Amino acid sequence: MVDEELKNEMSKQGIVTTTLQELYNWGRRSSLWPLNFGLACCAIEMIATTMARYDMARFGAEVFRPSPRQADLMIVAGTVTKKMAPQVVRLYNQMPEPKYVIAMGACAISGGPFKQGYNVLKGIDRYFPVDIYIPGCPPRPEALLDAFMSLQKMIDAQQLTGPNRPRHLNADAKSEFIVPKFGEHDLEPAQNSTVWKAPLVQISGTETDKSAK
Amino acid sequence: MSDATNLTAQIDINTIPALGKEQLLELAMGPQHPSTHGVFRMNVVLDGERVMKLKPVFGYLHRNHEKIAESETYLGSMPYTDRLDYICSITNNWAYAIAVEKLAGIEVPERAEYLRVITGELTRLQNHACLLGFLMQDMGASGTPLMYAFREREKIMDLFEGLTGARMMCNYLRFGGCRVDTPAGWMDAARKVVAEFPRFLDEYENLLVGNEILMDRTQEVGILSKELAINAGISGPMARASGVDYDIRKVDHYSIYDRFNFRIPLGERGDVYDRYMIRFLEMRESIKILEQAMRDIPDGPIVDPKTKIRGFRPKPGEAYGRIESPKGELGFYLVSDGALNPYRYRVRPPSLINLTVLEDLCIGQNVADVVVILGSIDIVLGEVDR
Repeated sequence: MVDEELKNEMSKQGIVTTTLQELYNWGRRSSLWPLNFGLACCAIEMIATTMARYDMARFGAEVFRPSPRQADLMIVAGTVTKKMAPQVVRLYNQMPEPKYVIAMGACAISGGPFKQGYNVLKGIDRYFPVDIYIPGCPPRPEALLDAFMSLQKMIDAQQLTGPNRPRHLNADAKSEFIVPKFGEHDLEPAQNSTVWKAPLVQISGTETDKSAK
Repeated sequence: MSDATNLTAQIDINTIPALGKEQLLELAMGPQHPSTHGVFRMNVVLDGERVMKLKPVFGYLHRNHEKIAESETYLGSMPYTDRLDYICSITNNWAYAIAVEKLAGIEVPERAEYLRVITGELTRLQNHACLLGFLMQDMGASGTPLMYAFREREKIMDLFEGLTGARMMCNYLRFGGCRVDTPAGWMDAARKVVAEFPRFLDEYENLLVGNEILMDRTQEVGILSKELAINAGISGPMARASGVDYDIRKVDHYSIYDRFNFRIPLGERGDVYDRYMIRFLEMRESIKILEQAMRDIPDGPIVDPKTKIRGFRPKPGEAYGRIESPKGELGFYLVSDGALNPYRYRVRPPSLINLTVLEDLCIGQNVADVVVILGSIDIVLGEVDR
């Protein structure tokens, strides 16, 4: 590794040094192509983000691809209903690795204001892993840009080797997730237990709490 | 039958006679499709390029709006109405407010009526601007028209944000008035935006209206006859493009629209081109209304302090409140049984009713025209599926 000071000095002289990992991550983060896929209200703000004022093209992400085969990033923009959830998961499965997911807005995170609805999925992270969550109803375009920059930082920090290497470099890691089916009452399975576990709530005064004392 | 299709109506392909010797092809457009304006699906039966049958499949965005509203208080449903037609939230608030005001007998002060008209017409401007952009995008003019439209939309979003605190989900109206009064300087900023808007319209018309490709793609495509428009209950710009002289602002005389001088543009042919042009004309009329409303707006309270906004129990009864939303007749039907929450809450969404004639418009057209026809109907899936 070339140390940082020497590297800066050399770059002033017109000599660029880099590592394969930096180059590789730089290339990936600089042209993330999102899937052209809007679900509900947040999709309008997603479109607004790509337009002239917010100009997502500055981050190399203006190329919205309608085909999941050409996309790197899925922005789940809006309420995922139980009727739509199998299609969303299938789209995710159809995307080639490396692939990333931004859950945009309260609905995609948890069901949001419609959480009590009988037809609303309570968060898309029940079926596949989500990298960035943006709260808001809908989030402002700036929030989506911030999520985007966070994702770029995340990609920049990825190691090509070692145990923490990303999923697409790990032959053992799964890149496809189970597609739910319409069951008698609900989606089956109701969640993918390898990805999502129900949070454990500790209520004070219960047995576990006493035994901890 | 795969799991993706078992909830949807299947078309029996064998019952449709083919034109030639070619086999019919059933094509599922959507729910993930760049031009279906959200999660909408059309099962199209094609003979070559020609559409023989079309079956719309709804419900991919069914968010239980009506059911949730029946368990909420009257005020508690107000934010949910924002998310019905999420491009124009204030007009949704307005229709709901009118329904509740009728049910509970609430009066609206004059300044609040003016504010409702101003914000409502601004909403119409940005809805129509967005629609024109999306329609051009569907036709293949990707980029420039939509960019121009969203540039104008951002100016109106700024106004909404200054007034209500939110860009899209304004939640601005209250029963008997509005939530907040205009901040200092807001009205001048709004006047400036409205004064500059005709420049955008001229620019946009110069950009595309005389374009030969656009004329080819839109003229004589998707003709909706006047009779069908009336029989199918079509409302809004879509009905008026077919020559139906029906605008609830003129018919119902709701709010203070009687005080303004404006015309109702009508189309002749009822094709996509007429539906496209009528939005330009409506925006110019909206600008007239806005100019008059901003000139005449009086001082005064925006809500009567004695009005009870939350926690009221209307007498048992029913009420139907409707307005001319940018997409057509948006109505709310409420039944009260004297409790804190409505016994029945029903939305009459213009997008859904206008969408019911999609098959009649598309049969015999090319498959590429289906996208354009759908774009010209102006649907928002939040309102179609609710």
